Amino acid sequence: MYNAKAVILGILVFVALSTSPFWSSFIGRDYKTTDIALPKDEKNCLENVEFMRSQHMRLLNEWRDEALRNENRAYIASDGKKWVISLQNTCLKCHNNYEDFCQKCHVANSVYPYCWTCHIIPKGSK
Amino acid sequence: MNKSRRSFLKIAGLSAFALSSGITGLTGEAHAKIAPGSYAHGGNALSAKRWAMVIDTRKFKDSQDYEPLIEACHKAHNVPHIPGRQNIKWFWLDSYAHVFPDDMNAHLDERTSAASWPLLCNHCTNPPCVRVCPTQATYKMEDGIVAMDYHRCIGCRFCMAGCPYGARSFNFMDPRAHLTNPVPNPDFPTRMAGVVEKCTFCAERLAVGQLPACVEAAKGRILFGDLEDPASEVRKALAANYSIRRKPSLGTQPGVYYII
Repeated sequence: MYNAKAVILGILVFVALSTSPFWSSFIGRDYKTTDIALPKDEKNCLENVEFMRSQHMRLLNEWRDEALRNENRAYIASDGKKWVISLQNTCLKCHNNYEDFCQKCHVANSVYPYCWTCHIIPKGSK
Repeated sequence: MNKSRRSFLKIAGLSAFALSSGITGLTGEAHAKIAPGSYAHGGNALSAKRWAMVIDTRKFKDSQDYEPLIEACHKAHNVPHIPGRQNIKWFWLDSYAHVFPDDMNAHLDERTSAASWPLLCNHCTNPPCVRVCPTQATYKMEDGIVAMDYHRCIGCRFCMAGCPYGARSFNFMDPRAHLTNPVPNPDFPTRMAGVVEKCTFCAERLAVGQLPACVEAAKGRILFGDLEDPASEVRKALAANYSIRRKPSLGTQPGVYYII
């Protein structure tokens, strides 16, 4: 091989650089949580945490269509508990800290939903 | 492989049948449900086959008598008052000539021609606004209420052109600029700039067992009930009195009746 030293060194540098994100995650740089403030009075949301975390926006869309179009204004959760379908009057009654709950996570994830142009944020914020 | 025309047509026919028959429908719901729970109607909701309203205008002396009704409606739904032509109308007043142009006879009596007449969305049986809405943001529910989903409204204003009663208003600006802070009813959302809005027959109040805000404020002068039920208050009132509806010749079949 011609210029074996330079080529092998080049390959090593290339591999090191292209895999650097993996290595940098091992040294230092703690995983940062969003530090959202969970409601103090309630222990459980209507479904389990994983579902609520990943699907709450789809659930809200489904709630909206069921309530507005089919007059189904009650949701019976998988544990049998009955909830009134309302973002403003059900969800936000427990999740009443908009800035430390909704906003923190949305900002961290760079999503900017425009719920609050119409729905009223619980008092204390805005 | 040599396929005969006959076997080709057989397979083509079978495939067409399989695709067009309901078989493929069984493989999965087109509209996937995400929630693990189930849905039900609200517990103490009022229900009807066809909601309708009868306004006994004989019992209102002048336009001042309607003010508490308008205030109740606009407070309950955070409807702003915007001076000028960009006002938002859910419940409003107008002259006889504008309200009942078909019945505008020459030499009308003083009381009829001078009075203010109450107006709201007619919740038609054949709503033109629903037919023209390109996004199905406005739709007719099973109980006859013409409802709106503001999330879906793109503000094209076809419905405003379609509605022969002027019952729809466009938000030319953020309505919150014309509302108090906090809003009059924090349990109900506001709207945003760029959507159309209108009276909802208080669907959200019916869902919790309350009559519409204007009916409650009218103290018996406005009746609300099921038009399909012969024993209901509205049917009894219509059977006992002469009543008219707005622009009947259009065939929209309004759900708001006026006892004159």
